[in-house]
Parts: sequence; structure tokens; C-alpha cells
Amino acid sequence: MNADSSWVTFLVMLSPFIAAFFAPALTRLLKHNAAWLLALVPALVFVHFASFAPKIADGGVVTGGFRWVPSFNVNFSWYVDGLSLTFALLISGIGALIVLYSGGYLKNNAHLGRFFSFILMFMGSMLGLVLSDSFLMFFVYWELTSITSFLLIGFDHTRAASRRAAIQALVVTGGGGLLLLAGLLLIWNVTGLTEMSLLLRSGDLLRESPFYLAIFVLVLGGAFTKSAQFPLHFWLPNAMEAPTPVSAYLHSATMVKAGVYLLMRLNPVLGDTVAWETVLPIFGGATLIVGTLLAIRQTDLKLMLAYTTVSSLGLLVLLTGFGTEMAIAGGVLYLIAHSMFKGALFMVAGSVDHGAGTRDITRLGGLMRIMPITFGAAIVSAVSMAGIWPMFGFLAKEELYLGLFATQTWPLLMTFVAFVGNGLMFAIGFAVALKPFLGDLKADSDHPHESHILIWLGPAVLAGLSFLTALFSPLTHHFLSSPMASAVAGETVSVYISLMPHIGMPLLLSTVTIIFGVTVYLMLDRARALMARILDAIGWGPDRGFDQFVNGVVRLSFAVTGWHQSGRMENYMKATFIIVAAAILLPMVLNGELPAWPAFSDDIHFYELAIMAIAAIGLIAVLQAKNRLTAIVSLGIQGFAVALIFMLFGAPDLSFTQFMVETLSVVILALAMTRLRLTPTDHRPTREVIVDSTIALLCGLAFVLMLLRVVQVPFDPTLSEFFKQYSLSIAHGANIVNVILVDFRGTDTWGEIAVVLIAGLAIHALIRIRSGKRRGEMAANEPSE
Amino acid sequence: METYMILLVGVFFSVAVYLFLSRHIIRILLGAAILGNAVNLLIFTSGRLTREVPPIIATGPTGTPETMANPLPQALILTAIVISFSFFAFLLVLTYRTYQELDTDDTDEMRFAEPRGQQMPPLEY
Repeated sequence: MNADSSWVTFLVMLSPFIAAFFAPALTRLLKHNAAWLLALVPALVFVHFASFAPKIADGGVVTGGFRWVPSFNVNFSWYVDGLSLTFALLISGIGALIVLYSGGYLKNNAHLGRFFSFILMFMGSMLGLVLSDSFLMFFVYWELTSITSFLLIGFDHTRAASRRAAIQALVVTGGGGLLLLAGLLLIWNVTGLTEMSLLLRSGDLLRESPFYLAIFVLVLGGAFTKSAQFPLHFWLPNAMEAPTPVSAYLHSATMVKAGVYLLMRLNPVLGDTVAWETVLPIFGGATLIVGTLLAIRQTDLKLMLAYTTVSSLGLLVLLTGFGTEMAIAGGVLYLIAHSMFKGALFMVAGSVDHGAGTRDITRLGGLMRIMPITFGAAIVSAVSMAGIWPMFGFLAKEELYLGLFATQTWPLLMTFVAFVGNGLMFAIGFAVALKPFLGDLKADSDHPHESHILIWLGPAVLAGLSFLTALFSPLTHHFLSSPMASAVAGETVSVYISLMPHIGMPLLLSTVTIIFGVTVYLMLDRARALMARILDAIGWGPDRGFDQFVNGVVRLSFAVTGWHQSGRMENYMKATFIIVAAAILLPMVLNGELPAWPAFSDDIHFYELAIMAIAAIGLIAVLQAKNRLTAIVSLGIQGFAVALIFMLFGAPDLSFTQFMVETLSVVILALAMTRLRLTPTDHRPTREVIVDSTIALLCGLAFVLMLLRVVQVPFDPTLSEFFKQYSLSIAHGANIVNVILVDFRGTDTWGEIAVVLIAGLAIHALIRIRSGKRRGEMAANEPSE
Repeated sequence: METYMILLVGVFFSVAVYLFLSRHIIRILLGAAILGNAVNLLIFTSGRLTREVPPIIATGPTGTPETMANPLPQALILTAIVISFSFFAFLLVLTYRTYQELDTDDTDEMRFAEPRGQQMPPLEY
């Protein structure tokens, strides 16, 4: 790969973000017609990646990149194989249609520019996700899709339901993202690799690692949240609060498949184990069944589609986990088919909503004549979804039955699960595509009408592709299915299935599926009523569980905050001093650094002891003082005693300063305190006295022990000797203390002077503020009143 | 003789902490003043005690004494005394003004920033 084309790919990967930057200004200029221009960007992306197709179809890969953080061996690098390519083409191709569709759908929305910006940013993130080679890049893009999804779901942010759905999606997928991050870090730790392409060549390294299960669970945590697997599926239907283009693009065709992409990407290194082949089909199968059953319950077109999306994702996970080549090929075909038909059906739902004023299936009917193009797209897509000849969905269904069916218990069970899921999806697909269009004309809008070209273009093109890809299946397989299936399986897989029906088990199963589906379709109203009763009987679901969880977190944090931020200063002080005592005492005790029993030598003079005793008495007197004056005087006593101590132990400078400062302190304290009407003593209840004095004594003890320990180690006089030696010779001063202050540590003293000055200014300002100015304001907030 | 001094430092710290745990700002203020002295004595003692000989180099004929007090802690303490004094003065004025505004020196009554009975944050989205 030469540098030039490397740059082109890099620019192409960046282009949606660049377009997102200019989208708002462009939309202000051109209104909704900006869509035509903006859709060129994904179209160009599509063309760029389509040009890789021949090389990749021949078994090649396209790589490139830059060194990003060389010291951590992190690169900005991409890796395009069959899997990435198919995803990139789906993202950019459907993306172009979605941009056009958005222009029509949100034509009169004041924030259309912002919407374009968000959706293009999402496109760039999703593109980056599927092209990333390095784990870090992959993770960053993964989280970016969650964030852009959050922005898009909450696009209509004035509605509480949108906000809730947005937060829910972010919490669930973001939480999964963290699990994935842990998983990727673990993989990095085990293999020492930071790139997917190298990891894919690492063979059994991960499978044989003792951390396999942990990696497996963490990766699944990421994949299952992103791809809405039961019981974490609930955020996806709620995400339907987003405008329809978002539902069609993020929550059906692309983003929710990121989890499946991850599983498919790691299948060659994580798959083929008992855990993989058991857990994935079980969760996938459960999701498939639960999704379809819940879909039956709905009457809103978008919600019906959303729940079938959940089931389709379940089916994909099931197939990925099943592990046989055929099953993987079936999964690959189904993924491509699903992106086309589900994207189209979502856009149809939006078109119906736009033209007829409602999405409620019970209030719609007979729109066939009025919305012929929409109807055509709907019916073609539903045929593909149902897996009926001659659409691409048919190929997918044949292949997956071919892959699943075998006569052992486990494959039989999985085949049965897929059969039930497919049958129910058949019914719902046709309910969406037929019920609004057949029968008597019913609509909420007074003038139901066919939608704007921007709106019908997307579904029409996708529906057409559902047919064309099936018709020219050898081409589709050569460029997309086979390379993708090979990348997923980790070995060369060729997909041959075509529209020529083969008599055999799959065709029989397909036929039975269709019969089952038709039966359910005819009984849909009764089935819906039944499901509604069952769900009402159950009552609780993960969706409500999410609310309970969030409320629980809020209550918990409120309680915790209320406990540790009590608003009572003495509690904060207690906590502080307990920690001070513990910080000094615990390390000494734990490390066995307690001081030896001190020697009470008798080399102390009587007058020294006397002054120390005076200081102690002064201190006790401060505590015991019954009135202010006594307290102030006692404070003075201990201060002067300290000054005397300094004098006795060779520090006359300290002594003079201390004398001066203590005098000043006592004077200003007396001045201030006599002006305040204060309660003379503080009466604490006995219990508090005990607690407080315990804390105080512990602190005292801690400092005593620390200081004892300090004086028991030999004194290191290096610094003091330095000052003694150089004070006269360098600084020309005989008083060493003064020399240190004004010379050796002159800058320090300068800072000290600044502090004193600032304190003086602050005092001056405090006194000059006229009291009473804000008094009324403060009093209004006083809780005692 | 350091042992006696160390015990005295312990008394200083205990008294200061006990005063700090009071609900009355004025007592906390007394505690702050004492805590300053406590820390100064702590530094002083950890630099070892030497009697009566100040750290001054003799330039006259008597000659510099063999042992003299450690000058380094003294320099540190000298700075600390001045700073703790300005700090003390500032706190005192702050207390004075607080009392003027709120008519109390009880920290528990000062609920301007943290009122009693705070409401639970809203539970909806």
C-alpha cells in the first residue's frame, strides 16, 4: 500500500466528519435540498470502498495506517477484508439513501442541519468501527457510535420519552462498551497484540489462555448490549423515539449490527469452543423468540419493526455461534438481506406516517392507490423479509436452514427456534407491508398523499436491490458474501446458493415456515390480544427494571451524599482529624515503626519544666475558660510561654517575633470578641465531650509518637552545616537565621510578604463592605426562620 | 529533655483539635491559634534542642561556639509565625463579619450553602 492511497483512504474515513462540520451551514443555505449535496459524501465513500472489491474478492486485504502512539504500540490503522468491506458498503450505501430520506422526512424541521450533522458523524464513527485494525481505534469508534446514537435518539429533546430513551440507550451501550474495553485490554495482555489483523493470525492463543472465559464474557457484554440481545434488548424499541431515518439507519441497518460485527470479527479466534457454541445460540435463540412475540403485541409500525429487528439480531447471533460454515454463510446472507429489507421497511413506515398522519396499524388501510411507490417498496421488502422467492431474503433463509438443519438434538432445536422466529417475522413483515395498504381507506390525515421523492427514493432503491442482488447472486456472492463468510469463518468459504430452488430439506422448511406465517398473519389480531394479556399478567420487564435501577441509583446517591455531606461542620472536622490520626498512627503500627520507650533524662532544668508547665496550664485554661476574657488571657499565657521556650533553646529571633505576634493577637482578639454577644462557653453534651476528647487525644498521641520516633533516629545535620558554613563566607551575615530568610530563601520570604499583604487587603475589604446591604437577602434564606 | 518537650507538643495538638471540634467559630479560631504554635514547636523539636546558644557566627575574638542551635527550623518557624498570624487575623475578621451578617457563631446555624432537609433530585428524565 503506497502512501498516496493510504492518504485517500484516511481522508475518505474522515470525510463524513468533515461533511458533518459543514452540514448546518449548508442546510441554512439550501434548506432540505442540502440532502442532495450531502448524500454525495457517503456515495463517494461507497465508490471508494467498492473499488477495493475485486482485490478482496480474490482473497486480498487492504491495509494502511499511521503510527499514533509508538511508545504504546498504538497505531491508527485500518484493515479491510470481506467482513469490513461488506459493512463499509452497507454503511455508506444505505447512508447515502438515508441522508436523502432525512432531507424529505425532516423537511420542515428547524434543526435539520443539526440532524444532518449528527447522522454524518454517526456514519463516520460506524465506518471507522468496521475498518479499525487497532483495538484502541476500534473502541473509540465504538463509543462514538454510542454517543452519536444518544444524540440522535434524543434529537427531539423537548419530549421526556426521547430523553429517557436516549439516556437508556447510552447507559446500556456505554456500559457494554466498558466491558468491551476490559475485554480488549485483557486480549492485549494475553497476546501482546493491539491489532485485529495480527490477532486473527494468532491461532489458538486466546482459546488456550486461562483468561479465555473472562475475555469471552467481557466481549459478549459489549456485543450483547450493542446488538440488543435479550434481556438487554429493551433499549432498542425505546430508541424508536428517534426520527424514522435514525431508526432505519442506526437501529436496524447498521449500529445495532456492530455487536454482531464484533462477534463475527472475533469468531476465528474466540469461536469454535463449547462456551461459544452454547452461549451464543442460547441467547440468540431466546432473543429471536422473545423479539417476535413482543412484536406481535405492537400496533405501531415502527415498534413492530423494532422488535423484529431485535429478533433478527438474535438470529444473527445464533448463526454466528452455531459455527458451521453453512450457518456462517447463512448469517452473512441474512445480515445483508436484513439491512436492505429492514432499512426499506422502516423508511416505508416513516413514509406512511408522513403521508397518512399515523403509524398505528389499526387506524390505517387502503393506502395502496394513494401511495403506490411506497406500497411497492413495502411489498418487495416484506417478501424478502419473509424469505420468499425471488428476493435476497429467500437465499438467506435457504442457506440458514441448510446450515442449521441436522438430525441431532441441538441442531434440531436450533432449527425449530429459527423456524418459529422466521414464521412469526413473516407474519409481522406482511402485517407492516399489507395492512396499511389494503382494505378500506383509513388514515388520520385529511389528505393522505404519496411522499416526496426524497422519501420514496430510499425504500424504492433498497427494495430494487433486494431483487437485483438475488437475481445476480453469483456476482453478489463473488464480491460480498463469499469474502465476508471467509473472513468470519477464518478460512475460504464459497457461497453458491441461487434463485434456482433445490428440492430438499431447506425448501420443505421454507414452505412450512410460509404456511405457519400465513396462519399467524390471519390470526394476528387474536394473537396480539393474547400476547397483551400475557404481558399484562407478567407486568414487570427489563424496561421497568431500568427505571427502578436508575431511581435506585438516584436514591442511593442522595442517601450517601446526605450522609457524608451532612452540612454539619463538626462532622467534617471529626472526619478530618480521625483521618489525620489514622494517617499517622496506622503506618507506624502496621510497619512496626513505633518509637522505643523514651528516656526521661534528668538533664532538664527546673525553670524549663516550669515554663512548659505554664504553657500546659495556659492551654487547659483556654479549654476551661468560663468567659471570653479568661479565654483570651489564657491564650496569651500559652503564647508567651512558647516565646520563652524559644528563648531558652537558642532562638531569640523566634522569641521576639512570638512575643510581638502574641501581643497583637490578644489585643485584636479582645477588641473583636468584646463586640460580639457570644455564649461564653461551649456546652457540649457529655457524649460529644467523650467522642471529641478521644479524637483530640488520639491526634495528640499520634504527634507525640511521630515526634518521638523522629528524635530517635540519628540527626542528619547536612543542611544545617551548609548554612553554618556558608552564611558568613557567601552571604556575609553572622546571624544564620536571618541570612537564611533574606538570602538563601529570599524568594520564599518574598512570597511570605505577599501572603501577609493579601491577608491585609482581604481584612480591609471585609471591614469596608457595608454590613446590612445583603442582610435581607441572607435572612430570607436562613433556615431557622 | 526532648521527651518533655514532645509531651508538651502532644498537649498542644490535643487542645487545638478539641477546640477545632467545637461548634462555635470563636473556639475554632482559638484552636487555629494554638495549632500554629503546636506545629511550630513540632518543627522546633524535630530539629533537636540546644540550650541557649543562638545560631550566630562570632566575628569577634571569642570565636564561634562548638555547638549552636540548629538554624534551619528557626528560619522555617519564623516564616510560619508571621503567616499564621496574618491567617489568624483574617479568620478573626471573617468570624466577626459572619457574626454581623448571620447573628450567630454556631456553625450548625450557618445553613446558607447547605440548607436542612434538602429535596431529593427529580426522578423523571
